[in-house]
Amino acid sequence: MNWGSIKKIAQDVSSGKVTAEELVRRSFSIIDETKDYNAILSISRHRSLERAKDIDNKIKKGEKVGSLAGVPFIAKDNFLTFDTPTTASSHMLENFYAPYQSTAIGRLEAEGAIMVAKSNLDSFAHGSSTENSAFGPTLNPIDKTKVPGGSSGGSAASVALKIAPFALGTDTGGSIRLPASFCGVVGFKPTYGLVSRYGVVAMASSTDVIGPITSTVEDAALVLDVMSGKDQFDGTTIDRDTKTYDGKPTSLKGAKIGVVKEYFSSGIDKEVKKVILDNVEKIKAQGAEIIEVSIPSISLSLACYYVLVPAEVSSNLSRYDGQRYGLSDATAKNLDESFENSRAAGFEAENKRRIMIGTYVLSSGYYDAYYKKAQIVRTKLINEFEKVFKEVDFLVGPTAPMTAFAIGQNVHDQLQMYLADIMTVSANLVGIPSISIPAGMANNMPVGLQLMAPQKADRALLQIAATIEEGNQ
Amino acid sequence: MSKISEQDIRKLASLSKLKLSDEEVILYQKELSSIVSYIEQLSDTDVAGLAPTSQVTGLKNVTRADELIDYGVSPAELLKNAPATKENQFKVKRMIA
Repeated sequence: MNWGSIKKIAQDVSSGKVTAEELVRRSFSIIDETKDYNAILSISRHRSLERAKDIDNKIKKGEKVGSLAGVPFIAKDNFLTFDTPTTASSHMLENFYAPYQSTAIGRLEAEGAIMVAKSNLDSFAHGSSTENSAFGPTLNPIDKTKVPGGSSGGSAASVALKIAPFALGTDTGGSIRLPASFCGVVGFKPTYGLVSRYGVVAMASSTDVIGPITSTVEDAALVLDVMSGKDQFDGTTIDRDTKTYDGKPTSLKGAKIGVVKEYFSSGIDKEVKKVILDNVEKIKAQGAEIIEVSIPSISLSLACYYVLVPAEVSSNLSRYDGQRYGLSDATAKNLDESFENSRAAGFEAENKRRIMIGTYVLSSGYYDAYYKKAQIVRTKLINEFEKVFKEVDFLVGPTAPMTAFAIGQNVHDQLQMYLADIMTVSANLVGIPSISIPAGMANNMPVGLQLMAPQKADRALLQIAATIEEGNQ
Repeated sequence: MSKISEQDIRKLASLSKLKLSDEEVILYQKELSSIVSYIEQLSDTDVAGLAPTSQVTGLKNVTRADELIDYGVSPAELLKNAPATKENQFKVKRMIA
């Protein structure tokens, strides 16, 4: 059963056509029916029903309830939330109950949205398939033998399984867009700093962003509209657009859209390439001017990413020391042993790999060769994107070079796994907004079309994505 | 051909405060070597005249008034997740022998 648009759901709740409680219970029952996909880690049974009843009462009394009144949603389990544990899909935080809630969730609640459950992810968001979760992989809703993509795999699967109308994800190198692409839904990564990261488990602070996963572009825009803007608890937040992020279709006539030739060179699945090029033709037929552009450093972006992000990971994950919260080894004889044993037991293999790579590239003797060099390559990449955005308004290409792969296929080959992110990491390194929308099917699995725009052009990007989405229907 | 030795892995693990088994050391030696060879492609890139980037939206030294902010969380709530506490503080094992 389809939920319909978020706008309509909120209208129906506000007008009393349906109660918030009914919607929350509907989410609960779909969670029960779809248990074998392992998309959900915990359910907010108590607080969500309490909030639903509160909203229903307010409506009865004629009080104002907000633009997302009664709309259920799923949060990736790296958002700090009340009522449920926040595990980051790790043994480290398996029993961690957050003492405060993330800003993004607080803002959604203030507009009447109701968080019903927390979704599975790669442990600490380290991964591209959700197989690195300490609590088992999530299965792809279209084909259970395939991965849902990652790291927000549980969130993307939840939306595809219709557990809720929207889910929240985090995107450090593609973790919203890749699973959206693999599961056939919409995933939006905003400009860096547009949504507060306060109360979200940090991975790589210079690229981490928060964004919505939805069925339509309009839904993504409405959720972004509620979450975005400065927050006194996150010093990296930026001003939001003064206009509403509405995700309303406009016209493609006269829009200059660049096709990055590096995304079509090597390593792309032939069927995926065909679907994307068909989409580009349709965009052209809708009146856009298609211009081939080149961003040579894109070929270095993944290497750059796998220096900078592990470096930041090694620093951010040093806080998990077994002393203040999280898993703590009770057998240790001294403090050092307590650190080492707690971290050994609390982290998954991929967490340990990234911590050690990060420590390596930051260690004396290697710092200049790896970390500093990658920071400079980042500048080069930023300059190349800026140059291209002088020529075109948007960029279009595939979200990933492949469709969802089989569970287990890449678990022993990290580089192969990392390559899934090769088309998404640049947007994070450059800080620009990017969206993945359904483009069609290849290999019987969904393909995502990725669109990018200059920093702070989130509103225009959502509108152009909505226009392309409309043209695909 | 791998640049990372088992000894390097043991040193990295120690710096990262991670206890590794001998099997893990062998596995990570292999895996990290292949990842490091991949990131080495950065070394041939010409970056003459460019400065490093660590912040992408141009923010610099974001400050706020030096005033108490109410985060709405009590010390007791913050200590709730701690394995051991004493007198409203985190209790850890002896550091100095």
